[in-house]
Amino acid sequence: MVQSESLDLEKVRADFPILKRKVHGKKLVYFDNAATTQKPRQVIDALSEYYSNYNANVHRSAHTLGEEATEAYESAREKVARFVGASAKELVFTRGTTEATNLVRFAWGERFVKRGDTLVTTLMEHHSNIVPWQLLAKQKGASLKFVGLEPDGSLDMASFESLLKESPSLVALTHCSNVLGTINDVARLCAMSKKAGARTIVDAAQSVPHMPVDFSRIGCDFFAFSGHKMLGPTGIGALVGKKDLMEEMDPFQGGGEMIREVFQDHSTWNDVPFKFEAGTANIADAIGLGAAADYLSSLGMEAVREHEVALLKYALASLSKVKGFHLYGPAGEGRRGGVLSFNLADIHAHDLATILDDDGIAIRAGHHCAQPLMKWLGVPATSRASFYIYNSYDDVDALAAGLEKARRIFKA
Amino acid sequence: MSAADIYKEIILDYYRNPRNFGRLELFDIASHDTNPLCGDEVDIQIKVGDGKTIEEIKFFGKGCAISLASASMLTELAKGKDLEWVKQLSKEDILKMLGSPELGPSRIKCALLGMKVLKTGVYGYLGAKLENSED
Repeated sequence: MVQSESLDLEKVRADFPILKRKVHGKKLVYFDNAATTQKPRQVIDALSEYYSNYNANVHRSAHTLGEEATEAYESAREKVARFVGASAKELVFTRGTTEATNLVRFAWGERFVKRGDTLVTTLMEHHSNIVPWQLLAKQKGASLKFVGLEPDGSLDMASFESLLKESPSLVALTHCSNVLGTINDVARLCAMSKKAGARTIVDAAQSVPHMPVDFSRIGCDFFAFSGHKMLGPTGIGALVGKKDLMEEMDPFQGGGEMIREVFQDHSTWNDVPFKFEAGTANIADAIGLGAAADYLSSLGMEAVREHEVALLKYALASLSKVKGFHLYGPAGEGRRGGVLSFNLADIHAHDLATILDDDGIAIRAGHHCAQPLMKWLGVPATSRASFYIYNSYDDVDALAAGLEKARRIFKA
Repeated sequence: MSAADIYKEIILDYYRNPRNFGRLELFDIASHDTNPLCGDEVDIQIKVGDGKTIEEIKFFGKGCAISLASASMLTELAKGKDLEWVKQLSKEDILKMLGSPELGPSRIKCALLGMKVLKTGVYGYLGAKLENSED
Protein backbone atom coordinates (compact mmCIF):
# COMPACT_ATOMS: atom_id res chain seq x y z
CA MET A 1 0.00 0.00 0.00
CA VAL A 2 1.43 3.35 -1.05
CA GLN A 3 0.95 6.05 1.55
CA SER A 4 2.00 9.59 2.20
CA GLU A 5 5.07 9.52 4.40
CA SER A 6 4.34 12.49 6.59
CA LEU A 7 2.54 10.38 9.22
CA ASP A 8 3.05 6.88 10.55
CA LEU A 9 -0.45 5.87 9.56
CA GLU A 10 -0.47 2.47 11.21
CA LYS A 11 0.61 3.95 14.51
CA VAL A 12 -1.94 6.76 14.24
CA ARG A 13 -4.79 4.38 13.39
CA ALA A 14 -3.93 2.16 16.36
CA ASP A 15 -4.64 5.13 18.65
CA PHE A 16 -8.31 5.30 17.57
CA PRO A 17 -10.39 2.54 19.15
CA ILE A 18 -13.43 3.32 16.96
CA LEU A 19 -11.55 2.40 13.78
CA LYS A 20 -11.75 -1.24 14.87
CA ARG A 21 -15.52 -1.33 14.64
CA LYS A 22 -17.50 -2.64 11.71
CA VAL A 23 -20.47 -0.88 10.10
CA HIS A 24 -22.91 -3.19 8.33
CA GLY A 25 -20.17 -5.82 8.56
CA LYS A 26 -17.66 -3.61 6.73
CA LYS A 27 -14.56 -1.81 7.88
CA LEU A 28 -15.44 1.74 8.96
CA VAL A 29 -14.28 4.38 6.48
CA TYR A 30 -14.87 7.66 8.24
CA PHE A 31 -15.03 10.68 5.95
CA ASP A 32 -17.24 12.98 8.02
CA ASN A 33 -14.38 14.74 9.77
CA ALA A 34 -15.53 18.26 8.95
CA ALA A 35 -18.62 17.49 11.05
CA THR A 36 -16.72 15.89 13.92
CA THR A 37 -13.54 13.84 14.24
CA GLN A 38 -12.93 10.56 16.04
CA LYS A 39 -11.09 10.53 19.36
CA PRO A 40 -7.73 8.93 20.13
CA ARG A 41 -7.20 6.81 23.23
CA GLN A 42 -5.10 9.63 24.71
CA VAL A 43 -8.12 11.98 24.78
CA ILE A 44 -10.52 9.33 26.06
CA ASP A 45 -8.00 8.44 28.80
CA ALA A 46 -7.59 12.09 29.84
CA LEU A 47 -11.36 12.36 30.41
CA SER A 48 -11.52 9.12 32.32
CA GLU A 49 -8.48 10.00 34.42
CA TYR A 50 -9.96 13.35 35.45
CA TYR A 51 -13.24 11.74 36.55
CA SER A 52 -11.49 8.76 38.18
CA ASN A 53 -8.65 10.55 39.98
CA TYR A 54 -9.06 14.27 40.54
CA ASN A 55 -12.62 15.37 39.79
CA ALA A 56 -13.24 18.67 41.63
CA ASN A 57 -14.35 22.21 40.88
CA VAL A 58 -11.69 24.63 39.73
CA HIS A 59 -10.36 27.95 41.10
CA ARG A 60 -12.15 27.82 44.45
CA SER A 61 -11.28 24.66 46.32
CA ALA A 62 -8.31 24.66 48.68
CA HIS A 63 -8.13 20.88 48.84
CA THR A 64 -5.80 18.59 46.91
CA LEU A 65 -8.31 17.49 44.28
CA GLY A 66 -9.40 21.08 43.68
CA GLU A 67 -5.80 22.17 43.21
CA GLU A 68 -5.05 19.32 40.84
CA ALA A 69 -8.17 20.04 38.79
CA THR A 70 -7.35 23.76 38.60
CA GLU A 71 -3.81 23.00 37.58
CA ALA A 72 -4.97 20.60 34.83
CA TYR A 73 -7.68 22.98 33.57
CA GLU A 74 -5.34 25.97 33.37
CA SER A 75 -2.59 23.89 31.86
CA ALA A 76 -5.10 22.77 29.18
CA ARG A 77 -5.77 26.45 28.47
CA GLU A 78 -2.04 27.03 28.04
CA LYS A 79 -1.62 24.02 25.73
CA VAL A 80 -4.56 24.98 23.54
CA ALA A 81 -3.47 28.63 23.40
CA ARG A 82 0.09 27.66 22.47
CA PHE A 83 -1.30 25.32 19.81
CA VAL A 84 -2.92 28.27 18.00
CA GLY A 85 -0.20 30.84 18.67
CA ALA A 86 -2.10 32.74 21.34
CA SER A 87 -1.49 33.57 24.98
CA ALA A 88 -3.50 31.73 27.64
CA LYS A 89 -4.75 35.10 28.92
CA GLU A 90 -6.60 35.72 25.67
CA LEU A 91 -8.23 32.29 25.35
CA VAL A 92 -11.80 31.84 26.60
CA PHE A 93 -13.18 28.32 26.74
CA THR A 94 -16.60 28.12 25.10
CA ARG A 95 -18.91 25.28 24.08
CA GLY A 96 -17.55 25.56 20.56
CA THR A 97 -17.32 27.89 17.60
CA THR A 98 -21.00 28.81 17.71
CA GLU A 99 -20.87 29.90 21.33
CA ALA A 100 -17.70 31.84 20.56
CA THR A 101 -19.30 33.86 17.75
CA ASN A 102 -22.36 34.43 19.91
CA LEU A 103 -20.14 35.61 22.76
CA VAL A 104 -18.73 38.26 20.42
CA ARG A 105 -22.22 39.18 19.29
CA PHE A 106 -23.32 39.91 22.86
CA ALA A 107 -20.18 41.00 24.70
CA TRP A 108 -18.71 43.09 21.88
CA GLY A 109 -21.69 43.74 19.60
CA GLU A 110 -24.08 45.06 22.24
CA ARG A 111 -21.63 47.78 23.19
CA PHE A 112 -19.85 48.63 19.97
CA VAL A 113 -22.31 48.19 17.10
CA LYS A 114 -24.53 51.20 16.39
CA ARG A 115 -27.65 51.88 14.33
CA GLY A 116 -26.80 52.24 10.66
CA ASP A 117 -23.54 50.25 10.93
CA THR A 118 -22.54 47.73 8.29
CA LEU A 119 -21.49 44.20 9.23
CA VAL A 120 -19.77 42.10 6.58
CA THR A 121 -19.65 38.35 6.21
CA THR A 122 -19.16 36.11 3.16
CA LEU A 123 -21.28 33.74 1.09
CA MET A 124 -19.12 30.78 2.06
CA GLU A 125 -19.76 30.96 5.81
CA HIS A 126 -21.18 28.33 8.10
CA HIS A 127 -24.45 29.42 9.73
CA SER A 128 -22.51 30.01 12.97
CA ASN A 129 -20.74 32.93 11.30
CA ILE A 130 -23.91 34.33 9.69
CA VAL A 131 -26.86 34.01 12.04
CA PRO A 132 -25.30 35.76 15.09
CA TRP A 133 -24.55 38.78 12.89
CA GLN A 134 -28.03 38.68 11.37
CA LEU A 135 -29.49 38.81 14.88
CA LEU A 136 -27.10 41.56 15.92
CA ALA A 137 -27.89 43.62 12.81
CA LYS A 138 -31.61 43.26 13.43
CA GLN A 139 -31.32 44.22 17.07
CA LYS A 140 -29.15 47.26 16.38
CA GLY A 141 -30.67 48.48 13.14
CA ALA A 142 -27.41 47.68 11.34
CA SER A 143 -27.17 45.92 7.99
CA LEU A 144 -25.44 42.65 7.18
CA LYS A 145 -23.80 42.35 3.77
CA PHE A 146 -22.23 39.36 2.02
CA VAL A 147 -18.98 39.23 0.10
CA GLY A 148 -19.62 37.32 -3.13
CA LEU A 149 -17.65 34.44 -4.62
CA GLU A 150 -15.75 33.77 -7.82
CA PRO A 151 -17.09 30.93 -9.99
CA ASP A 152 -14.44 28.57 -8.55
CA GLY A 153 -15.61 29.24 -5.00
CA SER A 154 -12.86 31.60 -3.93
CA LEU A 155 -13.64 34.99 -2.44
CA ASP A 156 -14.52 37.75 -4.91
CA MET A 157 -11.91 40.38 -4.01
CA ALA A 158 -13.66 43.16 -5.91
CA SER A 159 -16.80 42.55 -3.89
CA PHE A 160 -14.73 42.42 -0.68
CA GLU A 161 -12.98 45.69 -1.41
CA SER A 162 -16.17 47.46 -2.35
CA LEU A 163 -17.80 46.40 0.94
CA LEU A 164 -14.75 47.66 2.86
CA LYS A 165 -15.44 51.08 1.36
CA GLU A 166 -18.62 51.16 3.42
CA SER A 167 -16.44 51.24 6.56
CA PRO A 168 -17.98 48.17 8.21
CA SER A 169 -17.71 47.83 11.98
CA LEU A 170 -17.16 44.06 11.70
CA VAL A 171 -15.79 41.67 9.09
CA ALA A 172 -16.57 38.00 9.81
CA LEU A 173 -14.60 35.51 7.71
CA THR A 174 -13.96 31.82 7.56
CA HIS A 175 -10.37 30.61 7.37
CA CYS A 176 -11.40 27.47 5.50
CA SER A 177 -14.85 26.76 4.03
CA ASN A 178 -16.51 23.67 5.47
CA VAL A 179 -18.17 23.04 2.09
CA LEU A 180 -15.84 24.21 -0.66
CA GLY A 181 -12.62 23.70 1.24
CA THR A 182 -11.48 27.14 0.06
CA ILE A 183 -8.61 28.45 2.18
CA ASN A 184 -8.82 32.21 2.58
CA ASP A 185 -5.75 34.36 3.01
CA VAL A 186 -7.11 35.65 6.30
CA ALA A 187 -3.97 37.54 7.30
CA ARG A 188 -4.26 39.70 4.19
CA LEU A 189 -8.03 40.06 4.45
CA CYS A 190 -7.82 41.02 8.12
CA ALA A 191 -5.10 43.61 7.41
CA MET A 192 -7.31 45.16 4.73
CA SER A 193 -10.32 45.13 7.05
CA LYS A 194 -8.33 46.68 9.88
CA LYS A 195 -7.21 49.46 7.56
CA ALA A 196 -10.87 50.10 6.74
CA GLY A 197 -11.54 50.46 10.48
CA ALA A 198 -13.31 47.13 11.00
CA ARG A 199 -12.99 44.62 13.79
CA THR A 200 -12.39 41.11 12.49
CA ILE A 201 -13.48 37.65 13.52
CA VAL A 202 -12.09 34.53 11.88
CA ASP A 203 -13.95 31.22 11.98
CA ALA A 204 -11.05 28.80 12.32
CA ALA A 205 -13.14 25.68 12.99
CA GLN A 206 -11.94 24.00 9.77
CA SER A 207 -8.36 25.29 9.79
CA VAL A 208 -7.05 24.82 13.34
CA PRO A 209 -7.53 21.02 13.22
CA HIS A 210 -5.91 20.60 9.82
CA MET A 211 -2.99 23.00 9.29
CA PRO A 212 -0.54 25.17 11.19
CA VAL A 213 -2.52 28.22 12.36
CA ASP A 214 -1.16 31.17 14.30
CA PHE A 215 -3.58 33.68 15.83
CA SER A 216 -0.99 36.40 16.30
CA ARG A 217 0.15 36.16 12.68
CA ILE A 218 -3.38 36.33 11.29
CA GLY A 219 -3.81 39.62 13.12
CA CYS A 220 -7.57 39.32 13.64
CA ASP A 221 -9.38 40.63 16.70
CA PHE A 222 -11.28 37.40 17.38
CA PHE A 223 -10.76 33.83 16.38
CA ALA A 224 -13.02 30.85 17.10
CA PHE A 225 -12.73 27.07 16.86
CA SER A 226 -14.24 23.83 18.16
CA GLY A 227 -12.55 21.04 20.09
CA HIS A 228 -14.55 18.14 18.68
CA LYS A 229 -13.33 18.85 15.14
CA MET A 230 -9.71 18.42 16.30
CA LEU A 231 -9.85 15.07 18.15
CA GLY A 232 -11.22 16.67 21.34
CA PRO A 233 -14.52 16.13 23.13
CA THR A 234 -17.80 17.77 22.12
CA GLY A 235 -18.98 20.75 24.15
CA ILE A 236 -15.62 22.51 24.31
CA GLY A 237 -14.01 25.06 22.03
CA ALA A 238 -12.49 28.47 22.30
CA LEU A 239 -12.70 32.13 21.52
CA VAL A 240 -9.35 33.85 21.26
CA GLY A 241 -9.43 37.64 21.35
CA LYS A 242 -7.10 40.61 21.63
CA LYS A 243 -6.65 41.16 25.32
CA ASP A 244 -7.17 44.93 25.41
CA LEU A 245 -10.36 44.62 23.38
CA MET A 246 -11.72 41.84 25.59
CA GLU A 247 -11.05 43.99 28.63
CA GLU A 248 -13.23 46.76 27.21
CA MET A 249 -16.06 44.35 26.48
CA ASP A 250 -19.06 43.62 28.66
CA PRO A 251 -19.46 40.16 30.19
CA PHE A 252 -21.31 37.48 28.20
CA GLN A 253 -23.24 35.58 30.84
CA GLY A 254 -23.55 36.56 34.49
CA GLY A 255 -23.03 34.21 37.42
CA GLY A 256 -20.30 32.55 39.40
CA GLU A 257 -16.64 32.57 38.39
CA MET A 258 -16.95 35.63 36.14
CA ILE A 259 -17.22 38.14 39.03
CA ARG A 260 -14.70 39.81 41.29
CA GLU A 261 -17.15 41.21 43.84
CA VAL A 262 -20.93 41.14 44.04
CA PHE A 263 -22.99 43.74 45.92
CA GLN A 264 -26.75 44.09 46.09
CA ASP A 265 -26.81 46.82 43.48
CA HIS A 266 -23.83 46.01 41.24
CA SER A 267 -20.92 43.68 40.58
CA THR A 268 -17.37 43.96 39.35
CA TRP A 269 -15.82 41.58 36.89
CA ASN A 270 -13.08 39.01 37.07
CA ASP A 271 -10.06 39.33 34.76
CA VAL A 272 -10.12 38.17 31.14
CA PRO A 273 -10.58 35.31 30.26
CA PHE A 274 -12.51 34.38 33.43
CA LYS A 275 -14.88 37.35 32.92
CA PHE A 276 -16.36 35.37 30.01
CA GLU A 277 -16.54 31.97 31.70
CA ALA A 278 -19.60 32.16 33.93
CA GLY A 279 -20.55 29.11 35.95
CA THR A 280 -18.62 25.93 36.55
CA ALA A 281 -16.41 25.35 33.53
CA ASN A 282 -16.53 22.30 31.32
CA ILE A 283 -13.44 21.08 33.15
CA ALA A 284 -13.18 17.52 31.85
CA ASP A 285 -13.64 18.44 28.21
CA ALA A 286 -11.16 21.32 28.45
CA ILE A 287 -8.62 18.83 29.80
CA GLY A 288 -9.57 16.48 26.94
CA LEU A 289 -9.02 19.28 24.44
CA GLY A 290 -5.60 19.89 25.99
CA ALA A 291 -4.79 16.22 25.38
CA ALA A 292 -5.97 16.58 21.77
CA ALA A 293 -3.68 19.60 21.26
CA ASP A 294 -0.81 17.54 22.71
CA TYR A 295 -1.60 14.69 20.36
CA LEU A 296 -1.67 16.92 17.27
CA SER A 297 1.48 18.76 18.38
CA SER A 298 3.28 15.45 18.69
CA LEU A 299 2.41 14.65 15.07
CA GLY A 300 3.26 18.18 13.97
CA MET A 301 0.70 20.30 12.11
CA GLU A 302 2.93 20.58 9.04
CA ALA A 303 2.84 16.78 8.81
CA VAL A 304 -0.93 16.75 9.31
CA ARG A 305 -1.38 19.20 6.45
CA GLU A 306 1.04 17.28 4.21
CA HIS A 307 -0.88 14.08 4.87
CA GLU A 308 -4.17 15.73 3.90
CA VAL A 309 -2.67 17.32 0.79
CA ALA A 310 -1.42 13.89 -0.29
CA LEU A 311 -4.89 12.42 0.31
CA LEU A 312 -6.51 15.28 -1.60
CA LYS A 313 -4.20 14.82 -4.54
CA TYR A 314 -4.87 11.08 -4.59
CA ALA A 315 -8.64 11.55 -4.18
CA LEU A 316 -8.95 14.28 -6.81
CA ALA A 317 -7.17 12.03 -9.32
CA SER A 318 -9.14 8.92 -8.47
CA LEU A 319 -12.64 10.34 -7.95
CA SER A 320 -12.61 12.57 -11.00
CA LYS A 321 -12.33 9.37 -13.07
CA VAL A 322 -15.78 8.31 -11.86
CA LYS A 323 -18.29 9.20 -14.58
CA GLY A 324 -20.68 11.94 -13.46
CA PHE A 325 -18.45 13.13 -10.59
CA HIS A 326 -18.90 16.88 -10.20
CA LEU A 327 -16.62 18.69 -7.74
CA TYR A 328 -17.37 22.07 -6.10
CA GLY A 329 -14.74 24.54 -4.97
CA PRO A 330 -11.27 25.54 -6.08
CA ALA A 331 -9.29 23.09 -8.18
CA GLY A 332 -5.88 21.98 -6.96
CA GLU A 333 -5.00 20.66 -3.53
CA GLY A 334 -2.84 23.66 -2.60
CA ARG A 335 -5.76 26.07 -2.29
CA ARG A 336 -8.15 23.91 -0.37
CA GLY A 337 -8.45 22.10 2.92
CA GLY A 338 -9.14 18.37 3.12
CA VAL A 339 -12.78 18.78 2.17
CA LEU A 340 -14.38 17.54 -1.07
CA SER A 341 -17.95 18.55 -1.85
CA PHE A 342 -19.41 16.89 -4.88
CA ASN A 343 -22.43 15.45 -6.60
CA LEU A 344 -22.61 12.30 -8.66
CA ALA A 345 -24.74 12.35 -11.84
CA ASP A 346 -28.42 12.80 -10.92
CA ILE A 347 -28.09 10.91 -7.65
CA HIS A 348 -29.25 12.97 -4.70
CA ALA A 349 -26.64 13.35 -1.94
CA HIS A 350 -28.86 11.57 0.60
CA ASP A 351 -29.32 8.55 -1.61
CA LEU A 352 -25.59 8.42 -2.20
CA ALA A 353 -24.88 8.62 1.55
CA THR A 354 -27.29 5.73 2.17
CA ILE A 355 -25.64 3.55 -0.48
CA LEU A 356 -22.13 4.33 0.84
CA ASP A 357 -23.20 3.70 4.43
CA ASP A 358 -24.14 0.20 3.42
CA ASP A 359 -20.44 -0.35 2.76
CA GLY A 360 -19.34 1.25 6.03
CA ILE A 361 -18.41 4.57 4.39
CA ALA A 362 -19.52 7.64 6.34
CA ILE A 363 -19.86 10.85 4.32
CA ARG A 364 -22.02 13.90 4.88
CA ALA A 365 -24.99 14.74 2.67
CA GLY A 366 -26.99 17.93 2.87
CA HIS A 367 -26.56 21.67 3.09
CA HIS A 368 -23.68 21.51 5.61
CA CYS A 369 -25.10 24.40 7.66
CA ALA A 370 -24.33 26.74 4.76
CA GLN A 371 -27.66 27.40 3.04
CA PRO A 372 -26.70 30.76 1.45
CA LEU A 373 -23.75 28.94 -0.16
CA MET A 374 -26.03 26.11 -1.40
CA LYS A 375 -28.29 28.71 -3.03
CA TRP A 376 -25.23 30.24 -4.68
CA LEU A 377 -24.14 26.81 -5.94
CA GLY A 378 -27.68 26.28 -7.18
CA VAL A 379 -28.03 22.85 -5.61
CA PRO A 380 -30.22 21.72 -2.71
CA ALA A 381 -27.50 19.51 -1.29
CA THR A 382 -24.03 18.13 -1.88
CA SER A 383 -22.13 15.10 -0.71
CA ARG A 384 -19.04 15.86 1.29
CA ALA A 385 -16.03 13.72 2.09
CA SER A 386 -13.63 15.30 4.57
CA PHE A 387 -10.27 13.87 5.57
CA TYR A 388 -8.22 13.54 8.69
CA ILE A 389 -5.03 12.02 10.04
CA TYR A 390 -6.30 8.44 10.17
CA ASN A 391 -7.61 8.30 6.59
CA SER A 392 -5.64 6.27 4.07
CA TYR A 393 -5.45 5.83 0.32
CA ASP A 394 -7.35 2.59 0.91
CA ASP A 395 -10.20 4.68 2.34
CA VAL A 396 -10.21 6.80 -0.83
CA ASP A 397 -10.24 3.61 -2.95
CA ALA A 398 -13.25 2.39 -0.96
CA LEU A 399 -15.02 5.68 -1.63
CA ALA A 400 -14.27 5.50 -5.36
CA ALA A 401 -15.61 1.93 -5.44
CA GLY A 402 -18.69 3.09 -3.51
CA LEU A 403 -19.36 5.80 -6.09
CA GLU A 404 -19.12 3.25 -8.90
CA LYS A 405 -21.54 1.02 -7.02
CA ALA A 406 -23.98 3.91 -6.62
CA ARG A 407 -23.78 4.57 -10.35
CA ARG A 408 -24.57 0.92 -11.05
CA ILE A 409 -27.53 0.90 -8.67
CA PHE A 410 -28.89 4.13 -10.12
CA LYS A 411 -27.94 3.17 -13.67
CA ALA A 412 -26.49 6.66 -13.85
CA MET B 1 -33.17 -6.03 3.43
CA SER B 2 -30.66 -3.23 3.86
CA ALA B 3 -31.37 0.46 3.35
CA ALA B 4 -29.57 0.49 0.01
CA ASP B 5 -31.92 -2.23 -1.28
CA ILE B 6 -34.67 0.36 -1.50
CA TYR B 7 -33.17 1.58 -4.77
CA LYS B 8 -35.04 -0.87 -6.92
CA GLU B 9 -36.06 -0.31 -10.51
CA ILE B 10 -39.48 0.95 -9.48
CA ILE B 11 -38.23 3.58 -7.02
CA LEU B 12 -35.68 4.86 -9.53
CA ASP B 13 -38.38 4.97 -12.18
CA TYR B 14 -40.63 7.09 -9.96
CA TYR B 15 -37.63 9.31 -9.10
CA ARG B 16 -36.76 9.97 -12.73
CA ASN B 17 -40.30 9.88 -14.17
CA PRO B 18 -42.52 10.96 -11.32
CA ARG B 19 -46.26 10.37 -11.91
CA ASN B 20 -48.62 13.23 -11.14
CA PHE B 21 -45.70 15.67 -11.12
CA GLY B 22 -46.72 19.25 -11.82
CA ARG B 23 -49.34 21.78 -10.84
CA LEU B 24 -53.12 21.95 -11.08
CA GLU B 25 -54.80 24.98 -12.58
CA LEU B 26 -57.70 24.78 -10.18
CA PHE B 27 -57.26 23.33 -6.74
CA ASP B 28 -58.94 23.44 -3.33
CA ILE B 29 -55.98 22.28 -1.26
CA ALA B 30 -52.37 23.38 -1.50
CA SER B 31 -49.85 22.17 1.00
CA HIS B 32 -46.08 22.54 1.28
CA ASP B 33 -43.42 21.29 3.63
CA THR B 34 -39.68 20.77 3.78
CA ASN B 35 -37.40 18.41 5.59
CA PRO B 36 -35.06 20.91 7.25
CA LEU B 37 -32.48 18.20 7.82
CA CYS B 38 -31.78 17.70 4.14
CA GLY B 39 -33.70 20.45 2.36
CA ASP B 40 -36.13 18.14 0.57
CA GLU B 41 -39.29 19.98 -0.49
CA VAL B 42 -42.70 18.66 -1.46
CA ASP B 43 -45.83 20.55 -2.56
CA ILE B 44 -49.17 18.84 -3.09
CA GLN B 45 -52.28 20.32 -4.76
CA ILE B 46 -55.71 18.70 -4.70
CA LYS B 47 -58.98 19.39 -6.46
CA VAL B 48 -61.78 18.15 -4.21
CA GLY B 49 -64.91 16.61 -5.70
CA ASP B 50 -68.27 16.83 -3.90
CA GLY B 51 -66.47 18.31 -0.92
CA LYS B 52 -65.13 14.89 -0.01
CA THR B 53 -63.09 13.05 -2.65
CA ILE B 54 -59.63 13.58 -4.09
CA GLU B 55 -60.65 14.23 -7.68
CA GLU B 56 -57.30 15.53 -8.98
CA ILE B 57 -53.93 15.48 -7.26
CA LYS B 58 -50.50 16.71 -8.33
CA PHE B 59 -47.22 17.21 -6.57
CA PHE B 60 -43.94 18.95 -7.23
CA GLY B 61 -40.73 19.43 -5.32
CA LYS B 62 -37.10 18.52 -5.14
CA GLY B 63 -35.30 15.95 -3.11
CA CYS B 64 -33.85 12.49 -2.95
CA ALA B 65 -35.17 9.40 -4.71
CA ILE B 66 -36.93 8.22 -1.58
CA SER B 67 -38.86 11.41 -0.88
CA LEU B 68 -39.84 12.05 -4.51
CA ALA B 69 -40.78 8.45 -5.34
CA SER B 70 -42.73 8.17 -2.11
CA ALA B 71 -44.66 11.40 -2.79
CA SER B 72 -45.37 10.37 -6.36
CA MET B 73 -46.57 6.87 -5.45
CA LEU B 74 -48.73 8.37 -2.72
CA THR B 75 -50.51 10.69 -5.16
CA GLU B 76 -51.36 7.66 -7.31
CA LEU B 77 -52.69 5.84 -4.30
CA ALA B 78 -54.69 8.86 -3.11
CA LYS B 79 -56.37 9.74 -6.39
CA GLY B 80 -60.11 9.00 -6.23
CA LYS B 81 -60.03 8.26 -2.50
CA ASP B 82 -62.19 9.91 0.12
CA LEU B 83 -60.51 12.69 2.12
CA GLU B 84 -61.29 10.65 5.26
CA TRP B 85 -58.98 7.95 3.88
CA VAL B 86 -56.03 10.32 4.31
CA LYS B 87 -56.72 10.47 8.04
CA GLN B 88 -56.19 6.71 8.33
CA LEU B 89 -52.86 6.72 6.48
CA SER B 90 -49.98 5.55 8.64
CA LYS B 91 -46.22 5.29 8.49
CA GLU B 92 -46.65 1.54 7.99
CA ASP B 93 -48.79 2.11 4.88
CA ILE B 94 -46.07 4.26 3.32
CA LEU B 95 -43.29 1.80 4.12
CA LYS B 96 -45.40 -1.03 2.68
CA MET B 97 -45.98 1.03 -0.44
CA LEU B 98 -42.18 1.41 -0.80
CA GLY B 99 -41.57 -2.32 -0.41
CA SER B 100 -40.79 -2.35 3.33
CA PRO B 101 -37.20 -1.08 3.26
CA GLU B 102 -35.19 -0.87 6.48
CA LEU B 103 -34.72 2.87 6.75
CA GLY B 104 -32.84 4.60 9.55
CA PRO B 105 -34.49 7.46 11.45
CA SER B 106 -33.10 10.15 9.14
CA ARG B 107 -34.18 8.48 5.89
CA ILE B 108 -37.63 7.60 7.27
CA LYS B 109 -38.31 11.35 7.29
CA CYS B 110 -37.64 11.44 3.53
CA ALA B 111 -40.07 8.57 2.98
CA LEU B 112 -42.78 10.23 5.06
CA LEU B 113 -42.49 13.81 3.77
CA GLY B 114 -45.19 13.34 1.11
CA MET B 115 -47.62 11.87 3.62
CA LYS B 116 -46.96 14.74 6.01
CA VAL B 117 -47.72 17.29 3.28
CA LEU B 118 -50.85 15.42 2.22
CA LYS B 119 -52.17 15.13 5.76
CA THR B 120 -51.43 18.79 6.58
CA GLY B 121 -53.34 19.90 3.49
CA VAL B 122 -56.32 17.61 4.03
CA TYR B 123 -56.61 18.34 7.75
CA GLY B 124 -56.46 22.06 7.02
CA TYR B 125 -59.24 21.72 4.42
CA LEU B 126 -61.47 19.59 6.63
CA GLY B 127 -60.86 21.92 9.59
CA ALA B 128 -61.81 25.00 7.60
CA LYS B 129 -64.91 23.21 6.28
CA LEU B 130 -65.96 22.35 9.81
CA GLU B 131 -65.48 25.94 10.94
CA ASN B 132 -67.56 27.29 8.05
CA SER B 133 -70.38 24.87 8.77
CA GLU B 134 -70.47 26.04 12.39
CA ASP B 135 -70.80 29.72 11.42
